[in-house]
Amino acid sequence: MKALVTVAEVATVEDEFEIDGNAIDERYLEYDLNEWDDYAVEEAVQLSEDGLVDEVVAVTIGPERSEETIRMALAKGADRAVRIWDDSFDGLLDVAAKTEVLQAVVEDEQPDLILSGVQTGDAMFGATGVSLAAAIDYPWAAVVNDLEFDGEIASVHRELEGGVEELTDVETPAVLTIQTGINKPRYASLRGIRQAQQKEIAQKTLADLGLDGVESELELTEMYEPEVESDATVFEGSAEETAGELANVLREKGVAQ
Amino acid sequence: MSDVLAITEHRRGELRDVSYELVSAGRELADDLGGDLHLAVISGQVEEFAGSLSREGVDTIHTVSEGEEFNHDIYTQVTERLADELDPSVILMANTVNGLDYGPAVATRLGRPLVTDVIGASFDGETLTATREMYGSKVETRVEVGSEEVAVTIRPGEWPEANGNGNPEITEFDAAIDESAVRSTVTGFEEVGGGDVDISDAEVLVSVGRGIDEEENIELVEELAKALGATLSASRPIVDNGWLPKNRQVGQSGKSVTPEVYIAIGISGAVQHVAGMKGAETIVAINDDPNAPIYDIADYGIVDDLFDVVPALIAEFE
Ligand SMILES: Cc1cc2nc3c(=O)[nH]c(=O)nc-3n(C[C@H](O)[C@H](O)[C@H](O)COP(=O)(O)OP(=O)(O)OC[C@H]3O[C@@H](n4cnc5c(N)ncnc54)[C@H](O)[C@@H]3O)c2cc1C
Ligand SMILES: Nc1ncnc2c1ncn2[C@@H]1O[C@H](COP(=O)(O)O)[C@@H](O)[C@H]1O
Repeated sequence: MKALVTVAEVATVEDEFEIDGNAIDERYLEYDLNEWDDYAVEEAVQLSEDGLVDEVVAVTIGPERSEETIRMALAKGADRAVRIWDDSFDGLLDVAAKTEVLQAVVEDEQPDLILSGVQTGDAMFGATGVSLAAAIDYPWAAVVNDLEFDGEIASVHRELEGGVEELTDVETPAVLTIQTGINKPRYASLRGIRQAQQKEIAQKTLADLGLDGVESELELTEMYEPEVESDATVFEGSAEETAGELANVLREKGVAQ
Repeated sequence: MSDVLAITEHRRGELRDVSYELVSAGRELADDLGGDLHLAVISGQVEEFAGSLSREGVDTIHTVSEGEEFNHDIYTQVTERLADELDPSVILMANTVNGLDYGPAVATRLGRPLVTDVIGASFDGETLTATREMYGSKVETRVEVGSEEVAVTIRPGEWPEANGNGNPEITEFDAAIDESAVRSTVTGFEEVGGGDVDISDAEVLVSVGRGIDEEENIELVEELAKALGATLSASRPIVDNGWLPKNRQVGQSGKSVTPEVYIAIGISGAVQHVAGMKGAETIVAINDDPNAPIYDIADYGIVDDLFDVVPALIAEFE
């Protein structure tokens, strides 16, 4: 039984930043393993530790920089990784484009279980996992925060709105999009980090996957800081001063009396 | 070809508010395109739902009586078949948890570009321009899709609910469901987050987010809550980490709260968090990032390190 985990490297923005054209100026970006994918990796590694999965393969679509991120997945216990990049990729890769690439990887790898995250923290599409499932015609479940797997049926909880969970059985092979909180992602141990250096990261281009070219139909044409409609009163001064002013407001509102 | 097909949502016998928002958004887009607005009502009490959805601006409602609750295989199949029949320019869905579970499948099966979680959309000729956020709502973007056929999901709460009465044609659609392609089974529902405290009753909430950094620092906000006679609540990461129980979580997947005062400490104000607390009378934010989206809805703010401000605030009330 092989598990494939789709892993994205995402950019987070510093508190103060500048926009350069249609993108955030590189100087204000930091790169990290997507929060949701961290939980997906952990879930796959736990299935492997429980003997339900023999091999955990992590796949990412990302430039060379993202090797560091995919190494994190290896350090946490994934067995090997595949990284796809093509010089033709620039700007925003839309869901259809990512799906096409990941579909080709699935055809190569033939996994029995695919775990993705619910969403990426930067692009926030929330769609790639389910889109992939439709493309490869696997059953799926989205926003999974509990998984029991007997090797054939994945019994999952789908986290709905308002503290309600839906219990669903899905036949495998399947794609599950993993929600935060499903487990406690481990920190990579020093030993894990060392071992990750020895693990394979296969690099592939579109041509290697037998794809001619992949294009996004979504074009990002503008990026700007949202107009703040805020009329918040922001207190200025030292912590003592601002806390004092806030305390006055709270007392006026009848708090702590 | 210039029509809009909007797929409505319901749960446990009730239409969800976003269904009426889909009517407003769908009508706007249909006006841009000079076409009709079709609604689909799938599963459950379809006739009753169609009656409630007969609002101004709706041209046709297609009902499909198939099962009670949402099943993504059924929703995907029905939407696909309706799209084949109606050939709409836009398939409009909600960016809800169920929308996330079938919307991308619809788009991919039909080979349509997908734009998710949009907060604004319009057509200029054949080009759809959508507004959506990125990077945890720190920036807004415009995306253009130069395709005559698109799939779009809208963020709940961004369009008004349609309310004037209308007189749409209501027709039953025979979706000829392929049962062999229904490969997931919903076996039940479970309520989570019960227990001793009900944060939705509280008049004052001190709410803590990821800015608190370490589990042992939770004590600090606990102390503040005590000094203020307030109840302690949290954003999702705090609950995911197991630092506070699920019944303390505010937001889309937690509790909706409407206290008189809500003090958000080290919380960025992600849309799923705000969904659960925007009804608070007075919102106070303590966050050292002046660009944090929580400031868009806050009434009072302190842009400073919470580890300086919270102790000072406790001192004020001791
Ligand atoms: C389907 C779905 C459902 C979800 N449901 C919910 C939900 O019900 N509730 C919920 O809360 N989230 C929910 N989320 C998660 C949501 O998207 C955010 O990830 C989450 O709300 C972020 O929590 P946060 O604000 O505590 O953390 P962050 O976004 O990491 O924000 C931390 C903030 O703390 C500030 N900070 C850091 N250090 C300090 C300091 N020393 N002093 C002052 N400020 C500091 C930072 O500037 C930052 O703004 C959901 C997500 C999805 C996809
Ligand atoms: N560049 C990428 N490489 C690998 N997996 C990705 C990539 N982008 C998205 N994914 C996967 O798809 C999920 C949803 O992403 P998105 O639809 O972009 O919000 C992520 O949590 C990842 O598991």
